[in-house]
Amino acid sequence: MTAEALPFPGLRGVPVAEVPATAKDYSSDQEVRWCPGCGDYVILKTIQGFLPELGLRRENIVFISGIGCSSRFPYYLDTYGMHSIHGRAPAIATGLATTRGDLSVWVVTGDGDALSIGGNHLIHAMRRNVNLKILLFNNRIYGLTKGQFSPTSEAGKVTKSSPDGSVGAPFNPVALALGADATFVARAIDSDRAGLTEVLRAAAAHRGTALVEIYQNCPIFNDGAFEVLKNPAESARRLVRLRDGATYNIDGRAYVHDVRSASAESSWALSRLDDGSMERVPVGIFRCVERPTFDDQVRENRARAEKGDDAAFLSLLAGPDPWTVA
Amino acid sequence: MEAMTTKQIDSIVVRFAGDSGDGMQLTGDRFTQESAVFGNDLATLPNFPAEIRAPQGTLAGVSSFQVQVAEHAVLTPGDAPDVLVAMNPAALRVNAGDVARGGTIIVDTQEFTARNLTKAGYRSNPVEDGSLADYIVHPIDMTSLTVAAVKEFGLGRKDAARAKNMFGLGLLSWMYGRPTESTEAFIRSRFANKPAIREANLAAFRAGWNYGETAEAFAVSYDVRPAPMKPGRYRNITGNTALAYGLMAAARSAGLELFLGAYPITPASDILHELSKHARFGVTTFQAEDEIAGACAAIGASYGGALGVTSTSGPGVCLKSEALGLAVSLELPLVVVDVQRGGPSTGLPTKTEQSDLLQALFGRNGEAPLPVIAPRSSADCFAAAVEAVEIAIRYRTPVMLLSDGYLANGSEPWQIPQPGDQPSIDPGFATEPNHETDDGARAFWPYKREPETLARPWAVPGTPGLEHRIGGIEKGDGHGNISYEPDNHDLMVRTRQAKVDRVTQVIGDTWVDDPDGDAELLVIGWGSTYGPVAEACTRLRKQGQSVAHAHLRALNPFPHDLGEVLRRYSRVVCPEMNLGQLSMLLRARYLVDVVGHNQVRGLPFQVAEIEDALLTHLQEVGR
Repeated sequence: MTAEALPFPGLRGVPVAEVPATAKDYSSDQEVRWCPGCGDYVILKTIQGFLPELGLRRENIVFISGIGCSSRFPYYLDTYGMHSIHGRAPAIATGLATTRGDLSVWVVTGDGDALSIGGNHLIHAMRRNVNLKILLFNNRIYGLTKGQFSPTSEAGKVTKSSPDGSVGAPFNPVALALGADATFVARAIDSDRAGLTEVLRAAAAHRGTALVEIYQNCPIFNDGAFEVLKNPAESARRLVRLRDGATYNIDGRAYVHDVRSASAESSWALSRLDDGSMERVPVGIFRCVERPTFDDQVRENRARAEKGDDAAFLSLLAGPDPWTVA
Repeated sequence: MEAMTTKQIDSIVVRFAGDSGDGMQLTGDRFTQESAVFGNDLATLPNFPAEIRAPQGTLAGVSSFQVQVAEHAVLTPGDAPDVLVAMNPAALRVNAGDVARGGTIIVDTQEFTARNLTKAGYRSNPVEDGSLADYIVHPIDMTSLTVAAVKEFGLGRKDAARAKNMFGLGLLSWMYGRPTESTEAFIRSRFANKPAIREANLAAFRAGWNYGETAEAFAVSYDVRPAPMKPGRYRNITGNTALAYGLMAAARSAGLELFLGAYPITPASDILHELSKHARFGVTTFQAEDEIAGACAAIGASYGGALGVTSTSGPGVCLKSEALGLAVSLELPLVVVDVQRGGPSTGLPTKTEQSDLLQALFGRNGEAPLPVIAPRSSADCFAAAVEAVEIAIRYRTPVMLLSDGYLANGSEPWQIPQPGDQPSIDPGFATEPNHETDDGARAFWPYKREPETLARPWAVPGTPGLEHRIGGIEKGDGHGNISYEPDNHDLMVRTRQAKVDRVTQVIGDTWVDDPDGDAELLVIGWGSTYGPVAEACTRLRKQGQSVAHAHLRALNPFPHDLGEVLRRYSRVVCPEMNLGQLSMLLRARYLVDVVGHNQVRGLPFQVAEIEDALLTHLQEVGR
């Protein structure tokens, strides 16, 4: 039995488990070694709790990460996993997903991993629309290297490597993903278990690259970066929970949010709603459109090619002009 | 008209030279194919600029193709052309100096205009001013003869003149009595959808042949008889094609999908092009966004149970280095093809060199050993690729396959494998837990090794019960969990090295050719210097000299008996197209005073050059 029975086109071809799993089944025997209070813990818990919902065979799920605090993630999940090198997880995952249509492939990355050293692989994965779920833990700082500014740090950030304040504007990961024509783009907050689960569910259902930006707190080097979005007094006013079909007022204009719009008009406008001040921060799904996936197309091309048997292979080796020496 | 005579000769070296757009590579290739079908042994040397279309008529834009065809075994494309076909003054100027004294030079006089002569830096026309007096010069207005021959097909003058390379080919085919059927068939198929062009090329080809037969200038034609070869079926093949086919054959033997991750780079791109054609044989090619992604995607494919391959040239290896270190740490099968070119940096993209040897062995952070295999000829790229795949799978390791630009683009006859020639390769995927824990539970340990090879299990996602995590952080021996233990790291570093050292199990003894058994001088080479070195040794032995020749196919690890072989000789000379990389390794490893003979001109060694160098050494060692 394969996953085709599930309401998840993103998981078509991945075998389904015979026995339902629990969050505990997804916990590995490794001691989790993030700093106390790190946002990664709650994200891990949420994902361990969410994965059983997919109903997949555990052995057909693979988590691939790069380098950074977030990239330790695969060690703590009892699935197949690879902790690779800095920035390259999307490229490794592309090779895996392209050759193995029966796997559910997830990438865990951070703001430095995905947007600095690995920027090229990230945009090309999204351009190709490889069936990968990319979870970008954005804490706006380099944590593992002990506190340098990252490509998402706000301008003027004072860090060990920028004592006079960092120079240069930060990336807006959602706008970047939309610019790379990602077919699924969403944002969630580490501590918002319900919101994160909802976005993960939609990402898993989506067939193609899903880029999920997760605002994640680093209690050591950038503590409280997203506090205004978590504090109940503030968050109600600042958080803009995205709903497909709902209307949002941006710069005096009313946008009816249409996640499937080809022009991505509301997606663009919403991606730029937060000017960095976090006055109004959209969370939820910005875009979700269908486009043929890279890996499906490669597999279809191969399936279409008339199968070559040994005789055909020997004839290939012989070429058009062989000769015989008696 | 004089009676036509045919003269028997045992070998001939022909060089076709012209502007980049003149079709010289194609012309040379066809002459080669005709000779191959005729049964000669042969070797080729294409030589072309990196620029696609350098300014017309300039020295920078000259492209050439040299081939040696012989009635005996041939190991090189020949030192000096016996015949040069020069399609313009620039081609003459660049190539005339290489032609053997008394050799033949055929020029297309139409192109020898004042303007073209100036572009080539000639003050007067060398065809007329006596400066080519040492050669037999045939000035022929090939352009006009071609245009006249194809008039009936209604092409414009420019299109008509483009067929002049076929005129030149026709003329050379007549001179050397080449069979023409394969070229005619080739023209018909290549221009199947362009009848006028097809007919024009056929007409030009025949006009060239007829010109040779009727023009009094060519009173003699030559006959190079077929070479004795082992019975079997043959084809002519370039190194890049042979390498691609070798990868495919080995993947088939192992029952694995072949996944190539690559970024276009000269002179390796033809491997990507070739493999892209073969989806029907289970090949997937991935043109990556950069070199790093090419290697990483291949690692991802190998992790999933495919045969991951990445192909590149030296600059690409630099970019892939970190990923190769990861593959060393992950201990997954991977084949890394480096078609070496002139360096450093962009260097000489279309020229050959052997200067990536130390990079292949050591160009990664940390102690990151990997096996290195180098083919010795264009056809040998097939077997070397098969061997690289076997080692990668058996030892769960990245393997570097070091080809070079000369092998990649050069060609020679290759005996086509027959069904059953390929040994089957067992990927040996792990299917069940391999360890019993202290409490008696069955567990899977991803770094528990096979005792003979020290290879770890290859457990691919989708295998139930074997879920595990691997990565570039140091792993604990056996269980594979992250470990920062000092003793464990020391053990793991030594174990990875020991595993690569065990590849000596499959590479066999050092290949040594020492027919006299009393040689004092050993010449040792690797990779593409095999041809000129072996030929130089043959010539010296014909002169009564004793010389031994060793050739290394495995550069890491070295064969188990190499030190003993080196110590047998009072002098060891190592010719390389670099500044002494193998010499340095041999000296360091075996404390033998290996003397380098080095050249980095972007071209393969000439036989005479090595012969002279060895002769000097022979005199010094008193033989």
